[in-house]
Amino acid sequence: MRDVAIIAAGQTKFARTEWPLIDLLVEGARTAYADNRIDESLIEAVLVANMGAGMLNHQSGVASAVVDGLGLMPAHAELIENGPASGASAVKLAFLGIASGYYDVVMVVGGEKMRAVTGWESTDFVATLTHPFAEYVYGVTLPSMAALFARLYMDKYGITSEHLAMVAIKNHDNGMLNPEAHVQQPITMDGILHRPEAVVNNPIVAEPLRLFDCCPVSDGSAGIILCAAERAKEFTDKPVIIAGVGQATDTLVVHEREDPTDLKAVTLASEQAFKMAGATPADVDVAALHDAFTILEIAESEHAGLFPKGEGHKALERGDTRIGGKMPINPSGGLKARGHPVGATGIAQLVELTKQLRGDAGERQIKNAKTAYACNFGGFGNNVLAFVLKKGQ
Amino acid sequence: MNELEATLRPKETDQPPYPPKRVVLANGESMIVRQATRDEVPKLLETLEPLIWVERDYYDIVGVRAFAELLGWKRYRVKDEYCLVGVMDGMLVGLVNGRSLSKNIGISLHTLALRRGLRIGAHLFAAKMEHHIEYLNQKEVYVVAESPIGFRRWMIEYSLEERPHVAHELGGVMSYALTRPLYFASKDRLVVGERPVSEEMLASTEDFEIPDPELLVTQVSGKAK
Repeated sequence: MRDVAIIAAGQTKFARTEWPLIDLLVEGARTAYADNRIDESLIEAVLVANMGAGMLNHQSGVASAVVDGLGLMPAHAELIENGPASGASAVKLAFLGIASGYYDVVMVVGGEKMRAVTGWESTDFVATLTHPFAEYVYGVTLPSMAALFARLYMDKYGITSEHLAMVAIKNHDNGMLNPEAHVQQPITMDGILHRPEAVVNNPIVAEPLRLFDCCPVSDGSAGIILCAAERAKEFTDKPVIIAGVGQATDTLVVHEREDPTDLKAVTLASEQAFKMAGATPADVDVAALHDAFTILEIAESEHAGLFPKGEGHKALERGDTRIGGKMPINPSGGLKARGHPVGATGIAQLVELTKQLRGDAGERQIKNAKTAYACNFGGFGNNVLAFVLKKGQ
Repeated sequence: MNELEATLRPKETDQPPYPPKRVVLANGESMIVRQATRDEVPKLLETLEPLIWVERDYYDIVGVRAFAELLGWKRYRVKDEYCLVGVMDGMLVGLVNGRSLSKNIGISLHTLALRRGLRIGAHLFAAKMEHHIEYLNQKEVYVVAESPIGFRRWMIEYSLEERPHVAHELGGVMSYALTRPLYFASKDRLVVGERPVSEEMLASTEDFEIPDPELLVTQVSGKAK
């Protein structure tokens, strides 16, 4: 297989937008162009990641519409839907297409327009990724699923609401340094947990998860351009190498797992990615984790091997996961503050890590970042992709 | 005042004032909630004016109706109206208004958060209900919602009772009521804040600033572009 490099990366500001979905996706792709203008005729394929066009936006044929919107015909165009891991899946398929030698240059763009519907409807939309008869019909939503997981995980490892709040506070602080972040609002432990006003400021959504333990519902898109590493220098002086790619699945029904607190797919996908990259979690300088709920950042950090099991919350206490800490996690603000337009998320994670490895992350730059790790968490851990990125030579 | 003007002006009832309170928000900053004076209405109208064109979350209809209500209060054409304002660090961040229909019945009019993401609207609506039930000592408050957010906040969070026979003055949809038992059942989880407010803090709200119109529209509409 050939090595594959990221040669351009960008994202729209995640927020609520009035743009139609296709315009939003085209704009996400253009942000990658803006990052590094590639001769359009060299782009052989456009892979589009999206989860909800049919349900939320009454739109099909999305990839065809995007390639036309970009004027990239006759480039190949495909839509990839893999729930919240759609973005990472699209990148993986582009990676394979280039590594195999079939393509040289591929654009990947992912996006979602979730605010086209009410909050209730978008919550229901995401809930459709649960098992239709074993979970969904009983009223399961992703917040309630995450709450069940959080309660078990907190009891098992001695994690408190303060630890969850620490994740939120850190990621909101990081989001303040990211102009593309949806949420630009610092929060404090007093304001969201300790003061009497916290019952209103930060109400329970699904016990033990509160409002600020949950990511916002966002519109947005992100794009990257990949090419064969051997050609990367034609386009940029600062290529980023996709050194490792991993993926693993688990049971769709969470209660069928031997231990529901064991995110096996995160562990397996991460092990595969690290092995392929010839790296270990100890080599990671910066990580992008799928913190749709605060508890997931802690649990994924442990299952990916960044910290031992049951130690993630202790790392938080020490400040290890902050910018400037030993293992900075989600300097972009993560899903919690940058936002989570589901089809865009896996790509936005790589956009951030690309900026970090190039030294282009501005105020939130992690010093001397050379190796980065990303985890895009599909379903409730039933389809997970992991990447290890390295700074190109 | 001439005789005709006296005829046009509703007779105001003496009503207890709303005692100011301090609410610490999620970002750790304090919002002072206090009763606005009639003299402050022009500043409130200036604040509302750019919102009357913002369709997002029905700021247009809420803004234009609140504008009319406050103008009516200033020009002595609405009976027993009041307005509470939320002020953070000398800046107006939200307002609510209502009025008394009678000694026992309050009317909730409008709630506007001028800064979003800090649950300012939730705090101000709660302050409004607190005023009607605890300070005006009314038996119930009639409420309607013009936006989905309002419906979720008021009708569902407070478990308001339907009042199908009540024609709320804001329109023909189902009217709801916050009763005293419902208010006190919800108070612990929805109504917060500290009293008394220090003289210094209260003074910081006296000549409050109003948000820049362009910034205000961007903030409430949340548009990326």
